[in-house]
Amino acid sequence: MTTTTEAPTDTDGRARFDQLIASDSRVEPRDWMPDDYRRTLIRQMSQHAHSEIIGMQPEANWITRAPSLKRKAILMAKVQDEAGHGLYLYSATETLGITRDELTEQLLSGRAKYSSIFNYPTLSWADIGAIGWLVDGAAICNQVPLCRCSYAPYGRAMVRICKEESFHQRQGFEILLTLMRGTPEQQRMAQDAVNRWYWPSLMMFGPPDGDSPNSARSMAWKIKRFSNDDLRQRFVAMLVPQAEALGVTLPDPELRWNEERQAYDLGPIDWSELQEVIAGRGVCNAQRLQRRREAHEDGRWVREAAAAYAEKQRSARETAEAVA
Amino acid sequence: MTAEAWPLWEVFVRASRGLSHVHVGSLHAPDEELAVRNARDLYTRRGEGVSIWVVRSDLITASDPDAKDAFFTAPEGKNFRHATYYTAAEGVKHL
Repeated sequence: MTTTTEAPTDTDGRARFDQLIASDSRVEPRDWMPDDYRRTLIRQMSQHAHSEIIGMQPEANWITRAPSLKRKAILMAKVQDEAGHGLYLYSATETLGITRDELTEQLLSGRAKYSSIFNYPTLSWADIGAIGWLVDGAAICNQVPLCRCSYAPYGRAMVRICKEESFHQRQGFEILLTLMRGTPEQQRMAQDAVNRWYWPSLMMFGPPDGDSPNSARSMAWKIKRFSNDDLRQRFVAMLVPQAEALGVTLPDPELRWNEERQAYDLGPIDWSELQEVIAGRGVCNAQRLQRRREAHEDGRWVREAAAAYAEKQRSARETAEAVA
Repeated sequence: MTAEAWPLWEVFVRASRGLSHVHVGSLHAPDEELAVRNARDLYTRRGEGVSIWVVRSDLITASDPDAKDAFFTAPEGKNFRHATYYTAAEGVKHL
């Protein structure tokens, strides 16, 4: 996009930026912004985009084995949504001055991070239910406040994404409910999936506030609106009655309502496990990245053919215009 | 043009007949035809639109975001351009 006049000096820009943040307004792509703000957003938004793209894999794993044609169609629509979310977020990230190729390269080379939750395997059909209910539920808790993020293109992408996520969460809940109304074996399957996905979904909110060095700055910039622990609390408070409705047990024997704090007390979270997964030693880390690289390579001929066709059409048009 | 660096397109969707096209986001595509198809898949998966426009991002000319004050102050102090400026007819119907 071309601009008709020159950019202002840094001092003017900073004053204007500070004023936008202070007044709860939004920062648009061509506004001046501090380098750290830009870098933080590029990191956060691209990690978010990569997570959506990698997140297609654990679910795609069950498309061919979903129990009915309807469930297959629903799961395909959901996986397609994840691809869409990745694309909304990649283009929002590009408004900060990084190219799609750079972002893709960061993911494929393994330099970029994505949400560790997608490095866990999906062992049974019930896992698709648990992912929808717990993982997408946690994602919604995280993402709804991001709709008001100070960086406008991120906020706009999140509005679109949140609308679609609520379908994901409900379909997950419905899968679990169907299983819980089924045979004892199906009920065990649902409970087993909840047992495996509960703790990792709590870890999606990130480390406790005391160990989250960048949180305060992101909150000052109004990128982040609530702390990790606040969001985690909000999520658990939402889950407890839903678990009752399902008839499943949340696998935390220490989970109980604390009347004094007006919040749930949680058992200790095993952060060392998360650290292992982040460090690349999770069950599926290597497999996820390998699959993504293969998909990128397998699609190369399509990209090349589309580019060649576009070029051929363009030169044919030019020739026709020259003759006319 | 390499296969890796498809141009960026801005996408506008008309939600239903009678409404304007509204900017919904952007995407990469090798040409206008695929840009429209990709936009259909990316931005209208739930019946969000009945018509799509795409335009290459580098063809858009925009006003300067920082020249806001100088560029958009002309209407200030001219609230007589709004119907609410005229209060004398208070209580008179169909005005």
